[in-house]
Amino acid sequence: MSATIEKTSSLGTLDTLKRGLALSPELRRGLWVTLALAAVTTVGRIVVPFVVQQTTDHGLLGAGGPDPGLVVRYVLLALVAVAVTALTAYAVNVRLYRASEAGLATLRLKAFRHIHDLSMLTQNTERRGSMVSRVTSDVDTISMFVQFGGIILILSLGQIVVATVLMAVYSPLLTAVVWLCFVPLLVVIRRFQRIVGRAYTVVRERVGDLLAAVSESVVGAATIRAYGVESRTAERIDDAIEAHRAAAIRAQVRSVVAFSSGQLVAGLTLAVVLVVGTVLAAGGHMTLGELLAFLFLVNLFTQPVQQATEILNELQNAVAGWRRVIGIVDTPADVADPGDAGVTLPRGPISVTFEDVGFAYPGGEPVLHDVDLTIEPRSRIAIVGETGSGKSTLAKLLTRLMDPRDGRVLIDGTDLRDVRFSSLRERVVLVPQEGFLFDETLLENIRFGRPDATDEEVELALTELGLDQWLEGLPQGLRTEVGQRGESLSAGERQLVALARAYLADPDLLVLDEATSAVDPSTEVRLQRALEGLTRGRTSIAIAHRLSTAEAADEVVVVDRGRIVQRGPHRELVQQEGSVYAGLHASWAAQQRG
Amino acid sequence: MSVDAAPSLRRALRIVGVGIRRQPRWFAFAVAGSTVYGVMTVMTAWAIGKVTREQVQPAVEAGHATSAQLWTTFAWVAGVVLLNVVGVVIRRVAAGYTMFNVAAHYRREVTRQYLRLPLSWHHRHPSGQLLSNANADVEATWNVFAPLPMAIGVVVMLVAGIVQMVLVDPVMAVIGLTVFPLLFLANMVFQRAMSPRIARAQQLRAEVSEVAHESFEAALVVKAMGREEQEAERFEEVTRRLQAANVEVGRTRGTFDPVIEAIPTLGTLAVLAVGTYQVSRGALEPAAVVQVAYLISVLAFPVRALGWVLGEMPRTVVGWDRVDAVLKARGALEFGETSLPADDAAHAALTGVDYSYDVVDEQGDESPFQAIHDVTIDLPAGATVALVGPTGSGKTTLTNLSLRLVDPDGGAVRIDDVDLREVRRGGIPEVASLVPQQTFMFDDSVRGNITLGGDFSDDEVWGALATAQATGFVTELGDSLGTHVGERGASLSGGQRQRIALARAIIRAPRLLVLDDATSAVDPAVEQAILAGLRKATSGTTVLVVAYRMSTITLADEIVYVEGGRVLDHGSHDELLARCEGYARLVTAYAREAAERAAVEADEEGVTV
Repeated sequence: MSATIEKTSSLGTLDTLKRGLALSPELRRGLWVTLALAAVTTVGRIVVPFVVQQTTDHGLLGAGGPDPGLVVRYVLLALVAVAVTALTAYAVNVRLYRASEAGLATLRLKAFRHIHDLSMLTQNTERRGSMVSRVTSDVDTISMFVQFGGIILILSLGQIVVATVLMAVYSPLLTAVVWLCFVPLLVVIRRFQRIVGRAYTVVRERVGDLLAAVSESVVGAATIRAYGVESRTAERIDDAIEAHRAAAIRAQVRSVVAFSSGQLVAGLTLAVVLVVGTVLAAGGHMTLGELLAFLFLVNLFTQPVQQATEILNELQNAVAGWRRVIGIVDTPADVADPGDAGVTLPRGPISVTFEDVGFAYPGGEPVLHDVDLTIEPRSRIAIVGETGSGKSTLAKLLTRLMDPRDGRVLIDGTDLRDVRFSSLRERVVLVPQEGFLFDETLLENIRFGRPDATDEEVELALTELGLDQWLEGLPQGLRTEVGQRGESLSAGERQLVALARAYLADPDLLVLDEATSAVDPSTEVRLQRALEGLTRGRTSIAIAHRLSTAEAADEVVVVDRGRIVQRGPHRELVQQEGSVYAGLHASWAAQQRG
Repeated sequence: MSVDAAPSLRRALRIVGVGIRRQPRWFAFAVAGSTVYGVMTVMTAWAIGKVTREQVQPAVEAGHATSAQLWTTFAWVAGVVLLNVVGVVIRRVAAGYTMFNVAAHYRREVTRQYLRLPLSWHHRHPSGQLLSNANADVEATWNVFAPLPMAIGVVVMLVAGIVQMVLVDPVMAVIGLTVFPLLFLANMVFQRAMSPRIARAQQLRAEVSEVAHESFEAALVVKAMGREEQEAERFEEVTRRLQAANVEVGRTRGTFDPVIEAIPTLGTLAVLAVGTYQVSRGALEPAAVVQVAYLISVLAFPVRALGWVLGEMPRTVVGWDRVDAVLKARGALEFGETSLPADDAAHAALTGVDYSYDVVDEQGDESPFQAIHDVTIDLPAGATVALVGPTGSGKTTLTNLSLRLVDPDGGAVRIDDVDLREVRRGGIPEVASLVPQQTFMFDDSVRGNITLGGDFSDDEVWGALATAQATGFVTELGDSLGTHVGERGASLSGGQRQRIALARAIIRAPRLLVLDDATSAVDPAVEQAILAGLRKATSGTTVLVVAYRMSTITLADEIVYVEGGRVLDHGSHDELLARCEGYARLVTAYAREAAERAAVEADEEGVTV
C-alpha cells in the first residue's frame, strides 16, 4: 500500500539520461551554442599543430632555405589560432559549468522537495544518511560527466566520422579493415558498460550506507558513550567504509578493463593496418607515403574511440548517481497533496469524523478496525488506551500523515484526501512526542510554527503558556541556542518548545500526541490550564498516558486493540466498573498515591 | 576553519606525501605502471619508425612482402602496444587501490574521532557537516591520487625530452624551457585564485549536507506543521550558493586549463621564430630547430598531465584542512587506569559538583553558563534515590555527570570512592547503565539493540524484556527478537522504544542504574509492572531515578529535590512533603488539579441543581 523508496531506479542508460535531462532542463539550455564553440575548439586543437607543421615545412625547411617572413606570418597565424582556441575553450568551460551547476542544483532541489512529499511510512523505508547522499554525493557524481564528458563524447563521435571519411579517401579497403577491427569492441562495449554500470551503482549504494552509518554514530553519540559501545559502533562504520572501498575498487578495476580494451583494440588496429598496408603497398595498390599518411589518420580515428570508452565509463558513473536521484524522485508520494484541485477550508472550529476507518502498517496486522468517531467542533477530547492500542495511529490518520486503508477521515465534512495541504497544515497541527528542534535559537524554533511571528508574539506565546519562568532560567532567554536536534535542552524542555511552536501556529484543531509526557507535573498542569483557556473555541485532541489530561477533557475516547471501546466524560466512564477506562484510571490513581 | 589564501605547493605536496606513506606499495606499483606506459608511448613512434625502415620499406621496394616481414612488423607494434596497455592497467588499478585505501583509512580516522570527541563537541558541530567531512572532504583530499601516478610516470618522458633538447642545442633548449617558468607562474596565480574558491565550495557542500540531514531528521515535524515549502526554500538558499561557488571554481579552472594547454604551443612558436632567425644568420642548422620544436610539442602531453595534478592541489589542501580540523579537535575525555569492582551494588557520590557549558551569543562569542551549582548527592550501595525537580532544573545534566558523559568543572563524581576521571576507558559502562529520557535505537534487530554486541544468550534477552514488560509486543513482531527496528527504531512506538532501552540496561545487571524519566512514554499499568519487576531485578543495584510519578518516587529510599541546578532539599517523601514547598507543589500537582476540578464540578452541579 505505501511506497518503498527504491535503492536505485531500474531505468536503462538511455532512459536514465532522458529522464535526467528532463529533470534538469538547464542542461540542454544553450547546448547548441556550446557544441558549436566546442567544435571550434576541437578544430583549433587540430589546426595549431598543422600550422606548426606548415611553418616547419615551408618556412624553415622550404626549398629556398629559411624564409623568416613566412615564418613570422605563420607564427602570427598560429598565435591567432592559439588565442581563438583558448578563448573558445574558456567559453565552453564556463558555459558547461553554468549549465551543469544550474541543472544539478535543480535536481537537488527536486529530490529534496520530493523527499518531504513522501509519506512518513515511505520515508522510513530509507535511512536518513542515505537520503542525504541522494541530494549530495550522488548529484556530485553526475557533475563530472555533464561538465566534461558529455560534450567530449559528442565531439569524439564527430571526430570519428570525419576521420572515417578522410581515411576512406585514402583507402576504402584499409578503412574497412579499421572498422572491422573495431566491430568486436563495439559488441563487447555494451556488455562492459552494463558491468561497469552495475559496479558503479553498487558504489553509490555503499556511499548511502556509509553516510547512514556515520549519521547513526553521530546522532546516537550519547547512547554510544553511555553504553561504552564505541568499538562496536566503530566496527559497524568500518564495515560500511570497507564495503564502500571494496565496491569502489571493483568499479575501478572493471572500468580499467573496459577502458583498456579500447586502447588495446586501437593499438592492434594500428598493427593490422601496417601489415595489411604493407601487403597493399608491396602489391602496388598504394605508396609508402600514402600508407604513412593513413597511419596518421588511424590515430585521428582511434584517439576519439579511446576517449569515448573512457567517457562511457564516466557516463556509467553518472548514470549510477542519476539512477539513485531518479529513484527517489520517482517514488510515488502516496499521501499526496491534491494541490489546486483540493478544497481550502475556511477558518473556524473544526469537526472530525472517522468513517469505518481501518489501518494496518505495511506487512503488519491491522491496528485499527472499523473506527467510527465524530468529534464536535470546539470539543476537547482525550484519547486514552494502553501502549500499542492504536492511539498514535489515530492521530497520524487525523493529521493525514498517513491515509486509512479502509474508510475515510473527514474534517468539516470533507475527506482529508481532498483538502489542500496548505489549508490542512494551517488548520490542523500535530505535536508529536519527540518534537524535533533545529540547531538554531529558541526564538527561531518557536517561530517555525508561524514564520511571520514577531519576537514579541513569540514571547507572548510563552507567557500565555506560563513558561516565562522557565525562559528566565535559560542562559540567553529566547536567544539561547538549542544545539544539534535541540540536545542542549532536556527532553522535557524540547517538548515545551514544540508545544509553544504549535501554539504560535494557532490552529483550529490541535492534536497532542503525548506532547507533555516528559514535562514535570506542575508545569504540565499549568500548561494544560493555559491550553484549556486557549483551546476554547477550537477543537483539541490529546493523547496521553497521564490521565490528568483525561480528567480535564470534555470527553474521553478509550481505544483498546484498535477499537473504540468507551466514550464519554471522565466521571461517567470511571464509574463503569470493570471497563478498560476504570482499569486504566485505577492504575493511574494508584501511581499518584504511590 | 581558516584557510591560507595561497597555500604553497609545498604544503600540498606534503599532504600528498602523507598519503603516499600510507600506501607506499600500491603507489609504487602505480608509478611503475605509469613509467612503463610513458616509455611505451615514446616507443610506439619509435617501433613504427623501426619496422617501417627495416621491414615495410624493403617489402614495398621489393614489390613483395614475406610472411616473416609481416609477422615481425605485427609483433613489434602489437608488442609495444600490449606493454603499453599493461602499463595503463597497472597504473590505473594501483592508483585506484592507493586512492581508495588512503581514503578509507582517513574515513576510519575521522569517524573514530567522532566516537572519541565529547558530547559538547557534537552539540556544536552539525551532523550533516560531519557526514560531509567523512565523505566529501576525504574524497576531495585524496582525489589527487587519480592523476598523480600518471604525472609522475610521464616525468620520464619529460626528462628524456629535456635531455635531448639540451643535447641538440643548449641555446634553443633554454628558449624552449622558458615554458616551465611560465607554467610555474600560471600555476601560482591559479593556486592563489583557486584555493579560497574551493574552500568556499567545500564549506557550502558541507552546509548543503547539514541542511539536508537536519531537514530529513525533522521530517515528521516539517510535515506535521506543513513547512515543506519553507524547508525547500532553506535548502534552495544554500544549494544556490553552492551552485554559484561551483561555477566560480569552474570559471577559474576553465581559465587555467586553456592557458596551460597554450603555453607549450607558445614555446614551440618561440623556438621556431628565434630558430628561423638564427638559421638565416647561419648560426644554426634547420634540423636542430625542427627537432627542438618537435620535442617541445611532444612534451605538451606530460605537461598537461602535470597540469591535472596541479589543478587538483587546491582541493587536496582544502579537503585536508577540513579533515585535519576534525582529527586535531581537542577535548576528548581522558581516561585513567583504575578498574571499578565488578560485583555488588555501587556506592556512588556527587560531591560539590559544579558544571558549566559554553553558551554562544549572537555575536558568536562564547561564555560559560553554570547549570549545576555545588551539588552533593550520596547514593549508598543498594539504595534507590529519586531525583525530583521541575523541567529544566538540571536533572538530566546530573544523570549525565553521574555516568561521566560529561565531566564536572568543580567537585567530583565517584563510584566506590574512585573519581570517575581515573577510571580506565570503558570501565564505567561495565558497571553503570543509563536509560535516557529520549531513547536511541540502532538500525539493528531487537536483539542487537539490547545486547549491543555483548555476549548475552536469548534467554537473558527474554528475561530483560520480561522485566521491561516488553515480552508481549516483541513476540508479536514479525521476526520476534530478530526483527529489525528500522533507523532510530522508526517501526516502533515511543513506549516500545523505551521498553527496549530499559531491557538494554537491565540485561547488563549494572551496579549503578540511572533512569532518566525512563517510563514517560508507557502507560500507568505497564509502568507499575516495570517498577515491580525492577524492584526484583535490581537487588544488587544502586538506582538513581529521575521521576515525577508518586509511585516511582515512593520506591526511593531517599529523594533529592533540585531546582535551578541546586539541591534544595533531600530526605524522605514525607519529610520533603512537609517542608519543601517546591517538591510538594510538584508531586501533588495532579491530585490538587483533580481535587479542584471535582470542586468546580461540584459547584456547577450545585448551581444547576
